[in-house]
Amino acid sequence: MNNFEWADAKSIDEAQSLMTDASAYKAGGVDLLDLMKEHIAAPKRIVNIRNLQGFDQIKEDGGVLHLGPLLTLAQIADDKTIRSKWSAIADAAANAATPQIRNMATLGGNLLQRPRCWYFRNELFPCRKKGGEICYAQQGENQYHAIFNNQLCAIVHPSALACALVAHGAKLELSGAKNQKREVLLEEFLTLPSVDLHRENSIQSGELITDIRVPTPRADAKSIYIKQGEKESFDWPIAEIAMVLTMDGETCKSASIVLGAAAPVPHRATEAEQAITGKKVDEQSAGAAAKAALATATPLALNGYKLALFENLLTRTLLQAKGNA
Amino acid sequence: MAEKTTTEAPAAAPTEKPPVPQAALPKNGAEKPKTDTQTYPVGIAGVKIEEEERKVPATEAPPLPINEKLAVIGKPTPRVDGRAKVTGAAKYSADINLPGMLFAKLITSTVPHAIIKSIDTSAAEKHPAFRAIHMLDRDRSAAQTEEEKKDNWPRVRYVGQPLGAVCAPTQAHADDIARLVKITYEQKPFVVDPDKAKEPNAPIIFQGNAEQAGTAGGGGGPKDVKQNGNVRGPVAKGEADKAEIAFNSADVTVELDFRTQVQTHCALETHGLVADWKPDMLTVWASTQGTSSVRDELAAVFNLKKSQVRVITEYMGGGFGAKFGAGNYGVLATHLSKKANAPVRLMLDRREEHLCVGNRPSSIQKLKIGAKKDGTLVAMRLQSYGTAGVGTGAGASGPTQNLYTCPAIYTEDSDVFTNAGPSSAFRAPGHPQGAFSLEQGIDSLAEKLKMDPLALRDKIDDSEARREERRIGAERIGWKDRKPAGSDAGPIKRGIGVAQAIWYRIMNRDSHCDVRITQDGSVEFLSGVQDIGTGIRTALAQIVAETLGLKPTDITVKIGDTNYPQGPNSGGSVTTNSISPVARNAAWAAREQFLGQVAPALGVSADELEMADGRVFPKNNPNQSLTFKQAAKKMKVEQVAARGDRSDDYESKKGPRGKGAGGLGGVQFCQVAVDTSTGHIKVEKVVAVHDCGRPINPMGVKSQVNGGVIQGISYALFENRILDRNTGVMVNTNLEQYKIAGSREMPEIDAQLIEQYWGKSSTDAAGIGEPATVATAACVANAVYNAIGVRITQIPMTPAVVLEALASKQKASA
Repeated sequence: MNNFEWADAKSIDEAQSLMTDASAYKAGGVDLLDLMKEHIAAPKRIVNIRNLQGFDQIKEDGGVLHLGPLLTLAQIADDKTIRSKWSAIADAAANAATPQIRNMATLGGNLLQRPRCWYFRNELFPCRKKGGEICYAQQGENQYHAIFNNQLCAIVHPSALACALVAHGAKLELSGAKNQKREVLLEEFLTLPSVDLHRENSIQSGELITDIRVPTPRADAKSIYIKQGEKESFDWPIAEIAMVLTMDGETCKSASIVLGAAAPVPHRATEAEQAITGKKVDEQSAGAAAKAALATATPLALNGYKLALFENLLTRTLLQAKGNA
Repeated sequence: MAEKTTTEAPAAAPTEKPPVPQAALPKNGAEKPKTDTQTYPVGIAGVKIEEEERKVPATEAPPLPINEKLAVIGKPTPRVDGRAKVTGAAKYSADINLPGMLFAKLITSTVPHAIIKSIDTSAAEKHPAFRAIHMLDRDRSAAQTEEEKKDNWPRVRYVGQPLGAVCAPTQAHADDIARLVKITYEQKPFVVDPDKAKEPNAPIIFQGNAEQAGTAGGGGGPKDVKQNGNVRGPVAKGEADKAEIAFNSADVTVELDFRTQVQTHCALETHGLVADWKPDMLTVWASTQGTSSVRDELAAVFNLKKSQVRVITEYMGGGFGAKFGAGNYGVLATHLSKKANAPVRLMLDRREEHLCVGNRPSSIQKLKIGAKKDGTLVAMRLQSYGTAGVGTGAGASGPTQNLYTCPAIYTEDSDVFTNAGPSSAFRAPGHPQGAFSLEQGIDSLAEKLKMDPLALRDKIDDSEARREERRIGAERIGWKDRKPAGSDAGPIKRGIGVAQAIWYRIMNRDSHCDVRITQDGSVEFLSGVQDIGTGIRTALAQIVAETLGLKPTDITVKIGDTNYPQGPNSGGSVTTNSISPVARNAAWAAREQFLGQVAPALGVSADELEMADGRVFPKNNPNQSLTFKQAAKKMKVEQVAARGDRSDDYESKKGPRGKGAGGLGGVQFCQVAVDTSTGHIKVEKVVAVHDCGRPINPMGVKSQVNGGVIQGISYALFENRILDRNTGVMVNTNLEQYKIAGSREMPEIDAQLIEQYWGKSSTDAAGIGEPATVATAACVANAVYNAIGVRITQIPMTPAVVLEALASKQKASA
């Protein structure tokens, strides 16, 4: 790990004034420390934003849930308000990583963390994401890689919370220099390698996430998050599903379905949403929707198993949503 | 596998007759030792115990009755060092901090196969924190050809191979400086896939015959084996023709292919040590399974007398077979200490730990079993290829050769060299791999014969221990309620499976100790033997306490230091079998001296005295007693001391195989739930029934069984060293993507012990570390078959593997 300067920011303004191109913001520091240890990141200055006040709120106001970016995953997992109507978000936080990491990791940092691709994380591989020529996963060990949008760079997006938040139609408030604020749909903020090979989102230099805004779902909506790992303790998902469904009796009125560990961004399964909307949810329609979700997949040599896995999980989750109705 | 006497046979592929090693002990003149005839309990407690006579050396302590008649031995006893460990008071190698100590970092290769053209250390040496650098002349852990012994630098044969090390006043500086060393390589073609490495046109990894350097570390395959390309072998056992002819007489045959992966040891404490070179003495605090193995290697490399090397291992955080000898890192740390004139600490990081200090070799196995209609085995054949990377010793035929009674057994083991880190001994070398194939083969045979898997094993297994273990385990897992394979409705299917283990009763006669009793009532046990975390410290305290009528906490056990009498290295599950009779004999001899000293004070002769419940008293007058402390004060000398040695195993009538008497058993049962939608396997319950002769501390033994089961589940479902096929780089050199069973993967584990007495030593105890992990992966696989009706023949059984197996079955039946 390189030597670096430590700067403790007391305010957003101060944080932004301390920021340079060779600096890095640090909230929980979980991912940044990993990147530095592996020589993937080498910031000259670390701007610590962990102690900024007022960014750990959980507040429902006017049909919007406001989540502070410095909330820890543990706080999100344990919160009764979040669990009451946005249980996918609570479950995504609760099933991530380990208790120790959940106590340190923040919501903002979780959304901005870099991918876990083992080629990206190893300095011996000058991969495309790091400015090189090759995506080593294409012809390499790709059992955990993407099955959608994987031609340029086959990472999967690492954030479970991003899946749940995209399913809920969340927006981010981003604050740039001189307190310039913009609001952007999380789904649009997270970008594919075809948009930017070297980054996973469209954050601007110096910008900070200052609020995460989640619409309050209809009272009859089902909010579900399912994680499937190879292990249950301390493991990344090989498949995850976040889903917000509104039902009219046994009929699906609207569906927002997101697949995680499937693509370089949380993968919106629009084909499945269209297939199930307006249908009575049963084994047949759920199965058909799940099949539709995977129709455009382009699996690599070692991750074909994810097709059956997602199809089965999605079918099961749709039926579970109906069961809860 | 530390001892030369124990390494070769059971490690890779046991011979038909499991060796009872007779370490070369100096013969004390021609005089035959005096012998006594004694009577020992023999058999299984609760089944049948008989009295049998043995001729034993007169120096042996008298026979012990079975455990239920003893006060301390056989009673569950908390670790005597448990408090020190959980409070952090226990000092491990990485906790050693000496004044002026420097920190070292390995310099490792970044390419898979190359000749080193040049090494430029100038930038490193200019760093202000630079203190010393040392480059290796060869890879001490890997095989080597004759030709390259002339080279200045090691041939690079895998990514992550240690080439040298630097040291500096902080670890951060050492890490930085190591990155400044520039190495120029002439790269050569490489191969990491054993299937490709076997092909005739594959890049050749060793030009000429390669032998793995014979360190005290064991591992390594048999010597002088023919080598063709990257294939070293086969090492054949049995007669191929005889087996082929016998197969013709079979009513039923099964043939199956199996694959097992490379597993790395992943001890929580990585390899490493602190080396303190002084002109007259080298002192080393090492994380090792063999204090004397480190001493011997360092003395040889640095041309020192063994008396000039002191190795200390007070506490150790796991080794599983990989921690013998000084290793590349130990030799480097010592060179650096010598050059920098300061103590040097070199602890590997997790990446290095995965790459360069050993692993369990992979296997590609072809098994054929032939049997009569009634289950009687007529022939078995196993052909196994495995890769130990740039090491040797990937054989997997041990279980097939030794577990069942069969008149024609033929096995072939071959190593396939690949550009990957060398294997080393790993908890029952070759046996979890071999049991994975054999025990699925036996289950498959049972199905073809329409026999219950336990009934078939009752027919073909002559071990009395395993017979009883099957009975106990079947009852506890609920075997009678086991359903036919794949009969559960719904996506989640449950199944029950069984598999058996074999390991060998190995001991090292070169095991010694002192027991001392001092006037103030203190009792000390001293031996170089190390506690590798399995609890021998507590077992030794129990044995001495039993003999002196004291409590284990009354005994101070000083071990893990080559300043004490030579102890056995801990590999092959030899430790308890080797050192516990020594402790018993020494304690008994000290007791006799002690009673001789205090008898006059009690007005009786020494042989009329008894020691029990912390008191010394005449046998015929227990009321006239002294406390042990009071009695000690009556000693006329400050201290009595006695040396204990390991006599040979007592002779018995049973042969090495007859009635399983040559081996240790172990039968495991488990229940799994398989989610056929996701391919996820959950092991819900394991019943592990084991034997280790006389259990000294059932609490410690069960703890080791738990550990063996957990490591076995982890091997069956998760662990896998993944090498990038295009670059040879291991991509999961951490504990995040190298997956190990965690807390939520823990099943309910019901560890059960039987007491089996053999009348072979003054304690009659044996080890448990290795048998405890042999059967687990096979047991899980057999339970998965029972759950889903599809046989999974490769590990780890990940969701990808299970989903694929389910899909191909569906395809086949469609």
